[in-house]
Amino acid sequence: MTEEIIIAGFGGQGVLSMGKILAYSGIMQDQEVSWMPSYGPEMRGGTANVIVIVSDERISSPILTTFDTAIILNQQSMDKFEKSVRPGGVLLYDPNGITRHPQRKDIKIYQIEGARLAAEMGNAKIFNMVVFGAFLKIKPVVKLENVIKGLKKSLPERYHKLIPLNEDAINMGMKNVVAL
Amino acid sequence: MGELKLMKGNEALAEAAIRAGADAYFGYPITPQSEVIEYLMAEKPHERTGMVVLQAESEIAAINMVYGAAGAGKKVMTSSSSPGISLKQEGISYIAGAELPCLYVNVVRGGPGLGTIQPSQADYFQSTKGGGHGDYRQIVLAPASVQEMSDFVKEGFDLAFKYRIPVLILSDGVIGQMMEKVELFDPIPRWTDEEAIANSPWATTGKKNGTERRIITSLDLDSHKMEEHNIKLQEKYKEITKNEVRYELIDCDDAEYIFVAYGSSARIAQKAVQLARAKGIKAGLFRLITLFPFPTVKMREMCGKGIKGFLAVEMSAGQMVEDVMLAVRGCAKVEHFGRYGGIVHTPEEVLAALEQKIIGG
Repeated sequence: MTEEIIIAGFGGQGVLSMGKILAYSGIMQDQEVSWMPSYGPEMRGGTANVIVIVSDERISSPILTTFDTAIILNQQSMDKFEKSVRPGGVLLYDPNGITRHPQRKDIKIYQIEGARLAAEMGNAKIFNMVVFGAFLKIKPVVKLENVIKGLKKSLPERYHKLIPLNEDAINMGMKNVVAL
Repeated sequence: MGELKLMKGNEALAEAAIRAGADAYFGYPITPQSEVIEYLMAEKPHERTGMVVLQAESEIAAINMVYGAAGAGKKVMTSSSSPGISLKQEGISYIAGAELPCLYVNVVRGGPGLGTIQPSQADYFQSTKGGGHGDYRQIVLAPASVQEMSDFVKEGFDLAFKYRIPVLILSDGVIGQMMEKVELFDPIPRWTDEEAIANSPWATTGKKNGTERRIITSLDLDSHKMEEHNIKLQEKYKEITKNEVRYELIDCDDAEYIFVAYGSSARIAQKAVQLARAKGIKAGLFRLITLFPFPTVKMREMCGKGIKGFLAVEMSAGQMVEDVMLAVRGCAKVEHFGRYGGIVHTPEEVLAALEQKIIGG
């Protein structure tokens, strides 16, 4: 199994940390992982993206131009990465702020109202975990228990009290993802 | 099994410096390797092992601090990115001339000049042909993963002390910035003063009664002596060339076409091998691990075994390709492909270059 994913959105949406949690979860189940962020001027300009690969085998290129899955969180990223999804692949997006919706017919498109659901849960910061939950529902590449283990390993102890909230957010995403 | 972590290449390298028992790190921040000094400052290695970490006033100051500490028999390192490494070249030439061990790291970005902060491999000539003046060489290790960013620190210090030579870890913005799983090696205690004195009998560790005065210098105004010194250096480089060549062959057994690459380009070329094989093209990857010494003998030997062509893949306008040509010496076709100036080529572009320049050309 190899899953090649791009997560793209605004800086501050938790794009890089969502990728990091996915990568950590992969390590927890003995998989190979790579996490390659955009860095520098691109990031400083307001958009952030990260390529995450989770695989049972040694990973070759950490930089790719086509993906099994694209998780898209703003319009600029939709414009840039809709075409990068491989035929038959998955595009997951939050419609909040999207004016030009994806048009492709040869991929599977899903929506998650991450921003709205996070706001309803009373914490906008867990937005990325809601989206992550939606992704895991579509592509269960890592087990939820390994995500929790990964969170425990990657977060400093003083933040461990937030893990149940993150778990709730993941479950919220799993329940509310919509296939278009 | 050692501790498993998800780390950036730069962070793994910094952690490895502490674990390798380094005595000191002197550096100056520059993208894309600033995480090295950031991580070291945050980790407070002076509390963990007694290691000194200092942000120098400039890259030139940092390399001269390295020169001084190395002269005292200390395990010392610095790191920077391309423009900063250019500034360090005078010091590196002195360290090579004075035959001192040290480790330094270049997380390469696009040039020339201040260039760009995006990844590049255009410092190959500087790294392997002597970036500073004089007839010197240095061992150049090219990590292609976060794991190797960690492992090569330990190995680099070993080689530096074995041969009393500067060792360069030549990385790039991709390997420095990406995160991967890394198994950290168990910490090696720093040498005590007694151990350092015993391990480096040439070092200036304080003259005792009955011991000879030790002088560390790269200067000798007697040209005959300087020639002798140079001959000795050349013998050392030959010895290194004989003993320390490292490379990895991937899918080369039945290959007709070989990508030659190092660092992040090797990872990209490995994907291109998979794409090529899926199309029925028998491609393989010759991944360089040491750039100096270069695996000339092995490459030449492979050449006679049904290889129709070599494609040198590097993020430069064509530097490593010259060493491939020298190794192959005309017995198979050699071409170069690479994007540069901070652009990272894709596996698809690498495969297309093989098809156009080698197979179709």
